[in-house]
Amino acid sequence: MKRITGLLVAAVLVLAGAGIVWADNPLSINGAGATFPYPIYSKWFDEYHKKTPNVQINYQSIGSGGGIKQVTEGTVDFGASDGPMNDDQLKAFKAKHGFGILHFPTVLGADIPTYNVPGVSAELNFTPEAVAGIFLGRITKWNDPAIAGANSGIKLPANDIVVVHRSDGSGTTYIWTDYLAKVSDDWKNKVGKGASVNWPVGLGGKGNEGVAGLIKQTPNSFGYIELIYAIQNNMLYGRVKNSSGAFIKADLASVTAAAAGAAKDMPADFRVSITNAPGKNAYPISSFTWLLIPEKFSDASKRDAIKGFVSWMLTDGQNSAEVLSYAKLPKEVVVKEKQALAQVQ
Amino acid sequence: MATTTTTVHGAGPFVGSRSFMRRLREGDEIVRLITFLFAAFVVLVTLLLVFELWVGSTLPRHKFGFHFFVTSVWDPISDQFGALPFIYGTVVTASISLILAVPLGIGAAIFLAELAPARVSDVLQFFIDLLAAVPSVIYGVLGVFIVIPLMREYIQPALKSSLGFLPLFQGPAYGVGFFTAGVVLAIMVIPYIISVSREVLLSVPRDQREAALALGATRWESTWKVVVPFARTGIMGSIFLALARALGETMAVTMVIGNTPTISASLFSPGYSIAAVIANEFTEATGDIYLQSLIELGLVLFLLTFILNGLARLLIVATSQRGSGMGQA
Repeated sequence: MKRITGLLVAAVLVLAGAGIVWADNPLSINGAGATFPYPIYSKWFDEYHKKTPNVQINYQSIGSGGGIKQVTEGTVDFGASDGPMNDDQLKAFKAKHGFGILHFPTVLGADIPTYNVPGVSAELNFTPEAVAGIFLGRITKWNDPAIAGANSGIKLPANDIVVVHRSDGSGTTYIWTDYLAKVSDDWKNKVGKGASVNWPVGLGGKGNEGVAGLIKQTPNSFGYIELIYAIQNNMLYGRVKNSSGAFIKADLASVTAAAAGAAKDMPADFRVSITNAPGKNAYPISSFTWLLIPEKFSDASKRDAIKGFVSWMLTDGQNSAEVLSYAKLPKEVVVKEKQALAQVQ
Repeated sequence: MATTTTTVHGAGPFVGSRSFMRRLREGDEIVRLITFLFAAFVVLVTLLLVFELWVGSTLPRHKFGFHFFVTSVWDPISDQFGALPFIYGTVVTASISLILAVPLGIGAAIFLAELAPARVSDVLQFFIDLLAAVPSVIYGVLGVFIVIPLMREYIQPALKSSLGFLPLFQGPAYGVGFFTAGVVLAIMVIPYIISVSREVLLSVPRDQREAALALGATRWESTWKVVVPFARTGIMGSIFLALARALGETMAVTMVIGNTPTISASLFSPGYSIAAVIANEFTEATGDIYLQSLIELGLVLFLLTFILNGLARLLIVATSQRGSGMGQA
């Protein structure tokens, strides 16, 4: 009995000790949303916490749709999404809260076309017509003139193309279908853009790894992968013809160039698609990913903490983006975002 | 001691009925009440589940009605949702898996229970129990790296050249599809069938076997005509368990089925199952009707499990008269 009392006393003392630490507990801010930028976000939140120990940002990567839903319902302080909120969603937010929500681009992502054609180890060139034709199921052979015409000197087989797409709803699919809808009217009218669509043809793989696995295993396959996944796994991928007529291979520089090309016409709310962006070196299948931050906070300390984080993210934070293979924001966009940050009250 | 005191305190409001108090003290009433609550809890959870799925799928039920079950367009962009390809995929893959797993599983169980030496049987049983505990994602990975290439390179071409005249075995062999999903599911459910069936066969009374042998039956005759019919209900139970797992399996199926909502006579064609589409699309389902359609798919899966289980039970009732008759013979 004495021993138990002793243990209890010890436990109480330990708890009291911990209580002293707790008294100094950091301001906790919660966010939820996109999975694609999760690695860089968790690195940023960790670095920012080290720099300002009184702010602790927690982030759940539950998917863009979930992020929009949770921030609208007010269960998290901010959201994150790979596709901008549409007008209905903005209206729903405003109706519920009485004020708006702002989009802040954080980093850039891109999709690359990848393939497995027996006997071909070169980087193939793809025109927008070829990519859309393959995904619409109109171009069915690898030696189709639409593909072969852009790849003179490479012998393409007369095999049937096996199209592979994502089966799970994802921002990667959003970017890909957004691009296809821009370059092909047929795609726009028949399929449309979204995180999941009604695919005309093809097999579905779950996640980037699922698509990559199917392509690796299936001869004559063609599909799309998130750029970071392709870089980290040293995958072979093709170049895509941009709006200036040049075949561009996706890398961090060409993706940032796409954002810079689009920055001139950047709308004030940053809800912009930069697929098929102008610019000589712009890679055409790129996109921003956004933080969704409400315009008003009832808690001033939370507001200041979030604003503090965003301005740090726009300056020092950008430097750590490329280490994790994310393309950083062009300078023009950073300047505009800093101005927009003043709208958060 | 302490427990008794607390329970009596807890039953305070009932003081007055002496006989009840007495039964309380003797424990029967308490056990009855507690076990009743446990049993009621299971029913309650089931009802709550159906209720939630029903309430959560109001929009598509009103908009599509019965069409939800018979149309096959699944288009989140234009908000058109039909469940038929998913229902088809779920039923087809579960059927393939049972067709493959039931003979194999029951055969193995008969060997382990009746023919193998006890020590061998116990060691093998240990491995089978291990198999039953392997997480489904592992079976999915196994499917992706071993079953799919085997299917594409060897099994599907072989089936095509030998049985290609049947519509079941026509079309391009991608490796992924209904057939591969069914095979992977079969591998997953076999341990359940073996494990449960073996236990049931082992629990058949010794007299039954001895009586059969005494009448001059061979070992095989006693097993097949006496022991197996005696254990029929239990073996059917193992098949239910397998069916339930095959219908609801998500991860392993989505990794090998091709995730394309198609209805095709060819087993080589890529398909989709209800559980797989829910898992794939739930996180990014933004529109209300889209999300609710996925919830309605959950309701459909529930109904499907219910109906198939019911049908299987009817089958047993229809055949068990003969079975038990043989068991008593």
